[in-house]
Amino acid sequence: MKYETQRVALPFFAVAMALFALQVLFGLLAATVYVLPEFMTEAMPFHIMRMSHTNLLIVWLLLGFMGCTYYLMPEEAETEIHSPMIAYLQLAIFALAGAGALIGYQFGIHEGREFLEQPLWAKILITIAFMMFLYNTSLTLYKGRKTAINMVLMLGLWLAAIFWLFAFYNPGNLAVDKLYWWWIVHVWVEGVWELIMGSLLAYLLIKMTGVDREIIEKWLYVIIGLALFSGLLGTGHHYYWIGAPWYWQPIGSIFSTLEVLPFFAMVMFAFYMFWKGRRNHPNKAAMLWTLGSATVAFFGAGVWGFMHTLSFVNYYTHGTQVTAAHGHLAFYGAYVMMVLAVISYAMPQLRRMQPYNQIPNMWSFWMMTSAMCFMTFTLTFAGVVQTHLQRVMGMNYMEVQSQLGLFYAMRLGAGVVVAVAAVLFLYAIFGPARKQLPAGAPEAPEAA
Amino acid sequence: MAETLTRSAARNIFFGGSLFFFIAFAALTVHSHWYMVNDSTDRKGLTDSVERGKHVWEQNSCINCHTILGEGAYFAPELGNVWHRYGGRENPQAARAAIKGWIKAQPLNVPGRRTMPAFDLSEEELDALVDFFRWVDGIDTQDWPPHPAG
Repeated sequence: MKYETQRVALPFFAVAMALFALQVLFGLLAATVYVLPEFMTEAMPFHIMRMSHTNLLIVWLLLGFMGCTYYLMPEEAETEIHSPMIAYLQLAIFALAGAGALIGYQFGIHEGREFLEQPLWAKILITIAFMMFLYNTSLTLYKGRKTAINMVLMLGLWLAAIFWLFAFYNPGNLAVDKLYWWWIVHVWVEGVWELIMGSLLAYLLIKMTGVDREIIEKWLYVIIGLALFSGLLGTGHHYYWIGAPWYWQPIGSIFSTLEVLPFFAMVMFAFYMFWKGRRNHPNKAAMLWTLGSATVAFFGAGVWGFMHTLSFVNYYTHGTQVTAAHGHLAFYGAYVMMVLAVISYAMPQLRRMQPYNQIPNMWSFWMMTSAMCFMTFTLTFAGVVQTHLQRVMGMNYMEVQSQLGLFYAMRLGAGVVVAVAAVLFLYAIFGPARKQLPAGAPEAPEAA
Repeated sequence: MAETLTRSAARNIFFGGSLFFFIAFAALTVHSHWYMVNDSTDRKGLTDSVERGKHVWEQNSCINCHTILGEGAYFAPELGNVWHRYGGRENPQAARAAIKGWIKAQPLNVPGRRTMPAFDLSEEELDALVDFFRWVDGIDTQDWPPHPAG
């Protein structure tokens, strides 16, 4: 850690990880209701668990992105953060809005569009905090060195903020509502967030492989080019059945198929740089999360997305557990793992204890990733059975669901393993790193 | 990667291409908006009551269990075509009564069955909600879903 203000990232990571733990907890509760339908029906109905689960994910990922930005910006821009005070203040506002919304949900105070359930005051606070964040980081970038990495990162964050503004537009016509709702939801996760992911990936690869910046940044532009060329018109795969014109079926099918390419390029990029790099970085855990993120994003977002994206397939699979399967692995691979990779890379430096004991972190990686994959497989099988019974045979929804119990039980099991792995991860990064050793390295002094 | 592609060339392709595809996406969205308002949805039928019904739908976060036009939580049945499923196109009176009755009967307390909470809606809210379902059922969804089961 070369710059003092990089420490600003630490509270962001801490809050993000606390919300991550809560997100997993609400996920466990919701998964339990699938197995035991009478579980907590009075205390907390399913819809509250579900909105808490999804909202927490979004809020902690955004906080994670902010922490990552504050961490890497001084190094990339070669200057201190413009104002640590603004950073702490916007963190407080953002966390207050997020926590306030979450608490409100438990008392039934919420709006009603999926993922946008935050009450208006929370939406406004989120917007203010995000503007403060953009002001603070953009000014830092303006004063400092411009690299492809910090420019692309800031572009992604700015675009995320701009598209967020559609959250304030809620027309009475449901079809039009959905048309623009996807301008946030799709354009975020299958568009501009990929800019953020790509630049974080590029940053980690420069740091850990030592490959020439020129090469890495060229790859970065190619990847984000592929992401936006395919991802913008790829939004069409959400427009097949919501009252939009027929032409979205060919356009959505073709361009969303191409959405696999940026994820494929990211896997190629990550492994090519890893092998090409001469540097043998001591933080093996961070390298593991980095390569893992690119790989799981390719399968979760790329392959699982393609599986049901062609309009004539989606006609049958739309809105089944197939979608749930894809959603879980895509978010996990592309965004959760990437933020955890940066945290794994940054924490030992922020805590000034390098090298450190990475074994719990690596255990957490393998447990969490295999459990998320298993969860995705069970939901995929559930989705295929559901698609056949309900969409091909025309069986009644509730009857079909009663056939899927085994899959939901196995999903809950996978969720328990994810929860254990998440606790292990928190221990690995915040806990006492007694034997501060890199994996397989000789004895090193306690505080290096 | 090919040595002929430089970093600045890659950057220019990114910006140029993204701008092109954004303009294409925005233009098609504008057309889709126009098409939705005029062609695929019932413009005259979009009454205050339908909009109030959408509001009831949102206030009670129905979407975090149900789906509507395939989007939502996948935990409870699709409601985009619930009007059709209840025979509303043939017998609107009976369908209205049946849907309202179903909502008012919650929770059913059938052991081992997923529970829909009691939402304590007024008669006006229930009617508005049913108006909303009826209007949504009229959206031209390119023949989705494949079966009335949703």
